[in-house]
Amino acid sequence: MSTKKGRFGEHGGQYIPETLMNAVIELEEAYERYKNDPQFEAELAQLFNEYAGRPSRLYFAEKMTKDLGGARIYLKREDLNHTGSHKINNVLGQALLAKKMGKTRLIAETGAGQHGVATATAAALFGMECVVFMGEEDTKRQALNVYRMRLLGAEVIPVKTGTATLKDAVSEAMREWTRRISDTHYCLGSVMGPHPFPTIVRDFQSVISKEIKAQMLEMTGHLPDAVIACVGGGSNAMGSFYHFIEDKNVRLIGCEAAGRGVDTFETAATIATGRSGIFHGMKSYFCQDEFGQIAPVYSISAGLDYPGIGPEHAWLHDTGRAEYVPVTDEEAVCAFEYLSRTEGIIPAIESAHAVAHATKIAKDFDKDSSIVITISGRGDKDCAAIARYRGEDINE
Amino acid sequence: MSNISRAFENGKAFIPFITCGDPDLETTKKIVHEAVSNGADLIELGIPFSDPTAEGPVIQEANERALKGGVTTDLIFDMVKELRKDITIPLVFMTYANVVYSYGPEKFMTKCKETGIDGIILPDLPFEEKEEFDPVCKKYGVDLISLIAPTSKNRAAKIAKNAEGFLYIVSSLGVTGTRDVIDSDLGPIIKTVRENTRIPCAVGFGISTPEQAAKMAGISDGAIVGSAIIKIIKEYGRDAAPHVGEYIKSMKNAL
Repeated sequence: MSTKKGRFGEHGGQYIPETLMNAVIELEEAYERYKNDPQFEAELAQLFNEYAGRPSRLYFAEKMTKDLGGARIYLKREDLNHTGSHKINNVLGQALLAKKMGKTRLIAETGAGQHGVATATAAALFGMECVVFMGEEDTKRQALNVYRMRLLGAEVIPVKTGTATLKDAVSEAMREWTRRISDTHYCLGSVMGPHPFPTIVRDFQSVISKEIKAQMLEMTGHLPDAVIACVGGGSNAMGSFYHFIEDKNVRLIGCEAAGRGVDTFETAATIATGRSGIFHGMKSYFCQDEFGQIAPVYSISAGLDYPGIGPEHAWLHDTGRAEYVPVTDEEAVCAFEYLSRTEGIIPAIESAHAVAHATKIAKDFDKDSSIVITISGRGDKDCAAIARYRGEDINE
Repeated sequence: MSNISRAFENGKAFIPFITCGDPDLETTKKIVHEAVSNGADLIELGIPFSDPTAEGPVIQEANERALKGGVTTDLIFDMVKELRKDITIPLVFMTYANVVYSYGPEKFMTKCKETGIDGIILPDLPFEEKEEFDPVCKKYGVDLISLIAPTSKNRAAKIAKNAEGFLYIVSSLGVTGTRDVIDSDLGPIIKTVRENTRIPCAVGFGISTPEQAAKMAGISDGAIVGSAIIKIIKEYGRDAAPHVGEYIKSMKNAL
């Protein structure tokens, strides 16, 4: 994929303070050592299968298929994983790696709280200390997840700087890592940040596309015509796309959070509205002003409310291998309600962005074709916020 | 020979850091003048960035105040041009990679040369990514200043060998901000620096008292102070210049 170490085309790299350089070099060396180590692979496979509940199901959404009147719709049920989202895949991998490296403490950023919950879970399982940074705004939007993290033994630190959302949580986690490196692993939650994180996270998440491929072949005898996933930093999308990159007939579609629309300032659609920049350790596309100040982005979804996108996605966009489309809050909320009523599956509001786009394009496909939508997480955490969006005030 | 070396001809160098535009550019200009007349040997001018990941809360807030006040890279270049009418000591920018990248490195360094900026410090540009800006910095004679941290270990020698202007020695782990005690043993790092380069080195991060400055400058060629000055600026706002001047005098005298 990449031409140079840690690069995806011109994107990627290691734009971080010198204080952290040896830490990421050490991480890269450890990852290179363990990634093909049969013992490590066996331990991770056991965690995936017996603890996280993998493989996750690929479900044929018959009612949705009939209703939309086009492609056959399949749902990749990452929402059924332990902790309720795809985040556990990456976290189990990184926690196991951290343990092998002799680290005793995990720190993480979180937006919607899914990655924080997954990290707190792995820390509990491995007997490690855990500190999660979460934008103060998000601790309000996702109060239930804050409680879950604390219940699991993690310390949750509300981040008040900047827009008090995901980007500020990432900044604060990076700052914390520079303060305390020797016993601490920064368990980054998406395919972003400095090399080797985009590669490590992608590899641990690529189990999603590996399973989709095998399941589609078993269920239909064919590869899907399109794979659709939501993109913030882009870990579930990267995991869903990865093993299809060489299968050029499979369309790969990433759904960005457009917030109130790409023609407004209240958006988080990086590919649609951003440009090349250097931030959070990587070169990629970022929402920013003319002087390179990072834009205060917005989305109803705390998990997609990030001003950048992972470098490998930026490269898939540059090469045209994947398409990236904006989906608004309103469209995502409608899809959240639609999937709940049609299939009895309440998706995370993040995943609802992917569902929304699928409902738009399904009828453009013929009846023999198939679309896989990755349901990256479950929507219980979002019910109170969506109720509020619809003007109903309920207590969590 | 780099213009920056002049900062180290007057005994141990005292290097203050100021965030441009906090609380406004007029005040920044006054502070620079006061700093120079009270013994500053080189000044680090911070171009504010929305998300300064290497900074502690004090400088983060200064960045926010400056950006809220409407400061931009262009307005800062205009201010430097004004300052250069009578300020002759070396001036360097301290900012983040995206500020330069987004402006266009060629255009940015052209303006540095035109306005009289001698060097630039980018804390999110480690040795491995230097190539991003190094060729264009060299083209316009702007020294790209490297940092060495207590965690650099085996990296220190190669960083020092390729360093320009001066070497910024990060005193301790963590982000910028005043510290009660700086307990890292910088001796071995500075020994490595001396073995690999003849350019001067100064220590920064966490220094606020004259005693700390004297100790850090004692083992190197100078002391860099940021957060302690920003705190004075926060306290006195538009009237900060004489207070900063007084502080700088006490620090320079201690070296």
